[in-house]
Amino acid sequence: MHGISFDIAHMLAGSLVLVSFLQLYQDRLSALINTFAVHALVLTASVAWQAYVQHAPHLYITAVIALVFKAIIIPVALRRIVIKLGIHREIDNVVGVGLAMLAGIGLVALSMVVMLRVTAEADPLAREDLAFALSVVLLGLLMMVTRRNAVSQVIGFMSLENGLVLAATGAKGMPLVVEISVAFSVLIAFIVIGIFLFRIRERFDTVDVQALDRFRGERR
Amino acid sequence: MTFDALSALLVIPAVSAAVLAILPGYRLTARLNVVAALLTFLTSLSLFVVQPTSGDYLLLDDLNKIFIVLTTFVAFTTSMFSASYIGHEIEIGRLTPNFLRFYHAMYQVLMFAMNLALTANNIGLMWVAIEMATLTTVLMVGIYRTHEALEAAWKYFILGSVGIALALFGTILIYMAAGPVIGEGLGAMVWTNLVQHAAKFDAPLLNVAFVFLLLGYGTKVGLAPLHAWLPDAHAEGPTPISAVLSGLLLNVALYALLRFKMLLALAPAAIAPGPLMVTMGLISCLFAAFMLYRRRDIKRLFAYSSIEHMGIIVFAFGMGGPLANFAGLLHMTMHSLTKSAIFYAVGHIAQVKGTQKIADLGGLTVTHPVLGWSLVAGVVAIAGLPPLGIFMSEFLVVSSTFAREPVLAVLLGLGILIALGGLFLRLSQVAFGEPRGPTGPAHASYVPLFAHLGIVACAGIYLPPALVSDFENVARLLG
Repeated sequence: MHGISFDIAHMLAGSLVLVSFLQLYQDRLSALINTFAVHALVLTASVAWQAYVQHAPHLYITAVIALVFKAIIIPVALRRIVIKLGIHREIDNVVGVGLAMLAGIGLVALSMVVMLRVTAEADPLAREDLAFALSVVLLGLLMMVTRRNAVSQVIGFMSLENGLVLAATGAKGMPLVVEISVAFSVLIAFIVIGIFLFRIRERFDTVDVQALDRFRGERR
Repeated sequence: MTFDALSALLVIPAVSAAVLAILPGYRLTARLNVVAALLTFLTSLSLFVVQPTSGDYLLLDDLNKIFIVLTTFVAFTTSMFSASYIGHEIEIGRLTPNFLRFYHAMYQVLMFAMNLALTANNIGLMWVAIEMATLTTVLMVGIYRTHEALEAAWKYFILGSVGIALALFGTILIYMAAGPVIGEGLGAMVWTNLVQHAAKFDAPLLNVAFVFLLLGYGTKVGLAPLHAWLPDAHAEGPTPISAVLSGLLLNVALYALLRFKMLLALAPAAIAPGPLMVTMGLISCLFAAFMLYRRRDIKRLFAYSSIEHMGIIVFAFGMGGPLANFAGLLHMTMHSLTKSAIFYAVGHIAQVKGTQKIADLGGLTVTHPVLGWSLVAGVVAIAGLPPLGIFMSEFLVVSSTFAREPVLAVLLGLGILIALGGLFLRLSQVAFGEPRGPTGPAHASYVPLFAHLGIVACAGIYLPPALVSDFENVARLLG
């Protein structure tokens, strides 16, 4: 790995982290869904570039799955759900934008410190990729805890999975079994979530997770 | 790959899941479910006679043999309990026949996923299987579609997915550590290759990987502070699922953790995984012991007791060494059997009384002597009183720790005693005192209940030498 190809891979992985930050301060659901589509697009580019650089044609499949499934189908479906439920203008941050961003910066710093230190002997692309991937995973987690709407929690979870795909493709020669399983698990996850959203809608006419909080353990 | 007992362990549940999804009529499907579970159990027993060879995808060694036999046995008895439990749910209209079809199919899919996780020779495949098991249980926990069930399922789903995502990250890191040594490609994820070359792996990478795996699979084991999903999922799903969750699924996640612990133990430059596991185990045990006092829901009470016991088990394996590992294995087996027996009893009790609230239950030994006294026996066993099986394993854990780390042993003993107090406090309310609630007859299936309690009682007095030598082998293997 040398010169320009390294720089491009680096840039794409870095952009993924950047888009994760963008997601963090979107306070309306429809904007959040758009940002997630961008997230998936950047992931697609990054995976495709890895496929090209590593001469690993099977990674193109992962890229196509990311493009079709995550960048197109899921955002469209989520948009429909959100509009149908009339919550596309809903604002759902639990903590302020400033605080969330600060926490995000802290998490990225943490993952850089941890990953770059432990992977000193691995090849440079893999280690930078891994550091970025961990940042994306942690930012996804952060998003899940700073949102109270079920839809945005799901988006947080999916961007977390994007980070995992980034890590898996960065690890050179990782068997196809795992990539497909990752994509597959997202598919299942989405089906399950779809069912849940449907049921939550059916039962309480809201997808606000706070509506579920009436039931807290045994305080009844 | 030739067809042997290992593949049969996967094929039987997979085929039955497909069949059960199609067939109507709950009496027939419930029976078929039992038959399928029995066949799987018999297949697992055949592993003692004919040892199939391990391939690139499936693996059999002494460690997973114990887990497989235990899993298929409890799955079989639970399917018997489930048949009578479900009959009642249909009668009172809590479940419709369509949901039941789904329920039975999911039950077999869960069996398939758990067997796959236990037999997989590939760390990626194992991860996929555990994810599959999680998703099926999420669907089953939410099956009643009440407000509480949906929240429990949602919570379980979100926390379980996050845990599983972290575990995948750890798996990728293990692959990265193995890649340069074994060579890229499928070979670097095959468990038997990993074990052979573990000593040459990059140690810092292994360390970080283990932290992720511990947090990820630890969430599924229900270790504090990652346990938040566990009580809800146990309390709101159908009781057979509570029994399977406590008795089996926690073990499967524990099995994954043990595998990676073995890997780290083989790499001398990596951190010792023991102290991390000891700390988390001890925290879980003490935390859950205190939480037992404030429970008002009987299934939730025993869910917290599961957290406590998983804490003890992880503690024992964290201490390591032949004796503590032996104690951990024994404790895990005894806990699975006892806890599922307790859930069988609790399930029937909750059906008869129409409630799970401890305040509305009372005088069970008077109104329903068989169920009531079985529950008393189960709680006596789970609290760790002699001469039952759990007493023996807890005694071994504490005494083997005493020789090495007296302070930790005292803390652990304290946790066990506090939990004993909490359990008996609630038991006295439920089993004795003024009878409360409906006193109608119970249509219970006592066979699985008595079978489990009988085994636990026998194990406290006499362990067959063959079993002891098997456990000793595995304890040595675990390092």
